[in-house]
Amino acid sequence: MGKRVLLVEDEPNIIEAIRFILNRDGWRVHTHSDGRDAVNVVRQTRPDVLILDVMLPGKSGYDILRELRTEFAEAELPVLMLTARGQMKDRELAERAGASRFMTKPFSNADMLEAVRSLAGA
Amino acid sequence: MSTLNILIAVCATYVIFLFLIAFMAERAAMRGRGHWLRSPVVYTLSLSIYCTGWTFYGAVGNAARSGLEYVTIYLGPTLVMVGWWWVLRKLVRIGRTQRVTSIADLISSRYGKSNTLAVGVTILAVIAITPYIALQLQSVTLAFEVFANEAAAEAGTAIGQAQDQTALWVALGLALFTVIFGTRNLDANERHHGVVMAIAVEAVVKLTALLAVGVFVVWGLGGGVSATLERIDASALGHWQMNGGRWVGMTLLSAAAFLCLPRMFQVLVVENDDEGHLRTASWAFPLYLMLMSLFVLPIAVTGLDLMPVGTNPDTFVLTVPLSQGKEGLAMLSFLGGFSSATSMVIVAAIALSTMVSNHIVMPVWLRVSGGGAKVSGDVRHVVLLSRRLSIVGIVLLGYFYYRLSGGGEALTAIGLVSFAGIAQVLPVLLGGIFWRGATRTGAMAGLTVGFGLWLYTSFVPSFGAGMVFSEALLSHGPLGLYWLRPEALFGIQGMDPTLHALLWSMSLSTITFFVISLITFPAPLERLQAAQFVSIYQHTGGPRSWTGGVAQTEDLMIMTQRILGSHEAQALFQREARRQGLSGDLPEPTPEFLELLERELSGSVGAATAHAMIAQIVGGMQVSVEDLMAVADETAQIMEYSARLEAQSEELSRTARQLREANRKLTRLSVQKDAFLSQISHELRTPMTSIRAFSEILRDSAELAPEDQVKYASIIHDEAIRLTRLLDDLLDLSVLENGQVNLNIRQGRLGAVLDRAADAAMASEAGRKLTLVRKAKSEDFVLTTDLDRLSQVFINLINNARKYCDADNPRLEIRVFRGEDRIFLDFVDNGTGIAAEARDLIFEKFARVSDQRAGGAGLGLAICRQIMRRLGGEISYLAGESGAAFRVILPAEVAMAAE
Amino acid sequence: MSDNRPRFGPPHRPPPFLERGTYIQRRVMDAARLLPLLGVFLLALPLLWPAGTEAAPATSRTLTYIFGVWTVLIVAAAFLAYRLGRGEGARGRDAADG
Repeated sequence: MGKRVLLVEDEPNIIEAIRFILNRDGWRVHTHSDGRDAVNVVRQTRPDVLILDVMLPGKSGYDILRELRTEFAEAELPVLMLTARGQMKDRELAERAGASRFMTKPFSNADMLEAVRSLAGA
Repeated sequence: MSTLNILIAVCATYVIFLFLIAFMAERAAMRGRGHWLRSPVVYTLSLSIYCTGWTFYGAVGNAARSGLEYVTIYLGPTLVMVGWWWVLRKLVRIGRTQRVTSIADLISSRYGKSNTLAVGVTILAVIAITPYIALQLQSVTLAFEVFANEAAAEAGTAIGQAQDQTALWVALGLALFTVIFGTRNLDANERHHGVVMAIAVEAVVKLTALLAVGVFVVWGLGGGVSATLERIDASALGHWQMNGGRWVGMTLLSAAAFLCLPRMFQVLVVENDDEGHLRTASWAFPLYLMLMSLFVLPIAVTGLDLMPVGTNPDTFVLTVPLSQGKEGLAMLSFLGGFSSATSMVIVAAIALSTMVSNHIVMPVWLRVSGGGAKVSGDVRHVVLLSRRLSIVGIVLLGYFYYRLSGGGEALTAIGLVSFAGIAQVLPVLLGGIFWRGATRTGAMAGLTVGFGLWLYTSFVPSFGAGMVFSEALLSHGPLGLYWLRPEALFGIQGMDPTLHALLWSMSLSTITFFVISLITFPAPLERLQAAQFVSIYQHTGGPRSWTGGVAQTEDLMIMTQRILGSHEAQALFQREARRQGLSGDLPEPTPEFLELLERELSGSVGAATAHAMIAQIVGGMQVSVEDLMAVADETAQIMEYSARLEAQSEELSRTARQLREANRKLTRLSVQKDAFLSQISHELRTPMTSIRAFSEILRDSAELAPEDQVKYASIIHDEAIRLTRLLDDLLDLSVLENGQVNLNIRQGRLGAVLDRAADAAMASEAGRKLTLVRKAKSEDFVLTTDLDRLSQVFINLINNARKYCDADNPRLEIRVFRGEDRIFLDFVDNGTGIAAEARDLIFEKFARVSDQRAGGAGLGLAICRQIMRRLGGEISYLAGESGAAFRVILPAEVAMAAE
Repeated sequence: MSDNRPRFGPPHRPPPFLERGTYIQRRVMDAARLLPLLGVFLLALPLLWPAGTEAAPATSRTLTYIFGVWTVLIVAAAFLAYRLGRGEGARGRDAADG
């Protein structure tokens, strides 16, 4: 295994939790907390799966995703979007921006693991 | 061929000659070659219509009866002319700048363009002048009679009833001449070149005639100057026997009449072409008057000597030459008297018809025809017709008066009654041009009193006892009221009747005019006109020529100022002048500019009026009375209406602005309210995510290290507290907003409250280190309020500074100062502050200036605002500081004096 | 900061001392105003003469006096009119109203 996950999230406790869950499953987890340079970080780390929060300081997750999808190299990157606003509107927005999967906070650890696995396997 | 027939032939020739002169002058003026028509000499000569048939014949009669008194009739005008700098200069300037068409127009215009006043003056003038016109007809008839008698004596036959026919023919001829030349050119200036030229020629004829008779009397009959003087001294008139009252009174009366007589106003002001002419006339016309009166006394004395007792002294000018067999001289003298009479009737008819037509006929016609004179040509036609009918009417009125009165009175007496009547206008006229406080009501009252008294004391009694007033009324007063006898008002007896009438009517009308003016308040239009008339020299430049484009532009300017206000008008004209590439402030009146101006004006006065007004100045269209009326009414209404409209529209736009503001805020708020649920969701879900994740970890991972278990449990704990705090805040806000809050009022020092708040805010680990700057002394007073709530506000503000102040060394200054009824606490940090557009949003729920996650839910300031409202104060963003600055305001009653 | 505020000078006033020509012109205007008053005075003077008695002056003398005053007024008015006219031509409209 040893696949890499990039987690872009600004709540330290949530980072801690996801890192723990994925580490235990054998993933290497990189984290980043700022939206502004998130796209560059994605290019540099070239992760297998990207977990992207919507509410980020500096730049929204949707904008980051839209930017990534327009670049050829990252067009196929599996992205899991996390949002704390569980409305239909947010889901639609995420899909239109090109998210591979969409999860609402709070999530169960098993769902998270399952989602990352399936995205990496696809 | 008899003398009478020759006379008729000469007369006819003379009349044809006058027609020709008038016709040629008219033609020359139309071809633009009429410059010489408008010389100071012609102007001066045209003034000579003051010397009517009355003065031509009657002066000698007057001299034969009362000696030197006759000169007063000439001295009055002499003083007015010599003193032109006082009154005439101003009248002429006003007449020219305000485009006055008659004395009634001037007075109406001055007193707020009141048509009622104009009608009053017109009626007064018609009543006063009609006898005067009759007098002229009588003088011509009298002169004819002299020749007819002579002829009858020669032929030995009795004369028929030819007099009335003579008067009728003269009247008809005069009406014809006046209609032809008086209503020929209807230009805005009301100037009649043909008429003026004809009366100038007549002026020369009458002066020559009188001088010729005088020279004949002094040198032909009297044997030189000294011999004539001796003869005068030897006569019944040989000693100075002047009634002082009459001397002063007659001089005053003639001066007043000179200014107020409609025909004098016509030639002095309306027909005036150049103010400079007045300068020449100021000495030339007195010279004319002096020459006219020079030989009067010698002729009178000679007549008394030579003629048989019982000869009418009014006809001495004719009978003396005739008795000496000088028929040619008598004929010339007749032409002089004829000229005097005709020129007076012509100009008086023009002046009166202008007044009658403009102020009475036209308004009536407009009302009857529905006021809809839309087509300019239509109005022009009606004005012409109305003028012509008025002329014929006025001349015929004079004729009928002559027929009815029987023509028996001595000429001078009728003349003086007329003078006294028209002099009633003087107080109102002079008050109008020298006194700003004169009001329309005052003028109306003064005129009414003067007119009424004149009718009662002078005009009606002049018909003689038994005509209108009974003998009993004259001698015992109306209803036996002794004090009200028409010719001895308030018991003044034995006074000269003219003087008596003059004294009462003039003094009482003047007093009424002034008193009523003092106690009434003028309408806006009146005050505007008053300012324009009284300070006419400030509104216009010095004397200038009336020709060329600039003069026209100045008129347009004056008019535009009256409508748009001076500032706008000047700006408009300057702009246009610059556009035309001219250096001055007055542009050329190009068609484009006129069009522009008309548009500008129609915005204020309506299109039809604007068009008419411009046409009036630029020419090509007659001033219709509709224009005058429209302007009079509209301007007054518009001034009031537009002021109201302005206030309304200002309020409207203020309301609209507020509405827009509210709408903008609502839109933003609705976006924010919409986000409210999603925000709450977010704020709640974030801590719950951590709690759920770590509780699952704890549940599912049996092999966790103990320190990890503790760490994760404490994360769960912290997040649970965060959730609780958020819920607390929400509940707090909800309670505060619904007003269900119980305040815990206590006493405490502000300093202590701030200390506690600072400690609490600094204790939390989130945020950066912050330096507080405070002045202990300023905080040293006791508050009586809910200290905990206040402290909550302070904590919030200090926390915000810790979170958001972006300076390298964050610093928060707390300034406390006390105003009259309020206490101010300013919290100012040294960061970059809050963007202006966000300032009114920060106090809303969940508002966060940036996306920066700073641990709060964005409810802090919303809660602060609610707390401050509950405490009777307020919190607001303080603009104008370099950093973020909040001002907390507390009502002063919560503070007690420093201990 | 305070330097940027617009300054309003004193309202335009004519200079306290007029040049000689203007000064004389003003006095000519004064004379034009006074002339009719002089005329009233001179013409009212005969009222103080004895009248109706034997002491009354002969009419010829009164006649001469009145026409004399008349002539004086005409000549004075002509002179003033000439001066005023010359002044107007030279100075234009500024001092037309003294």
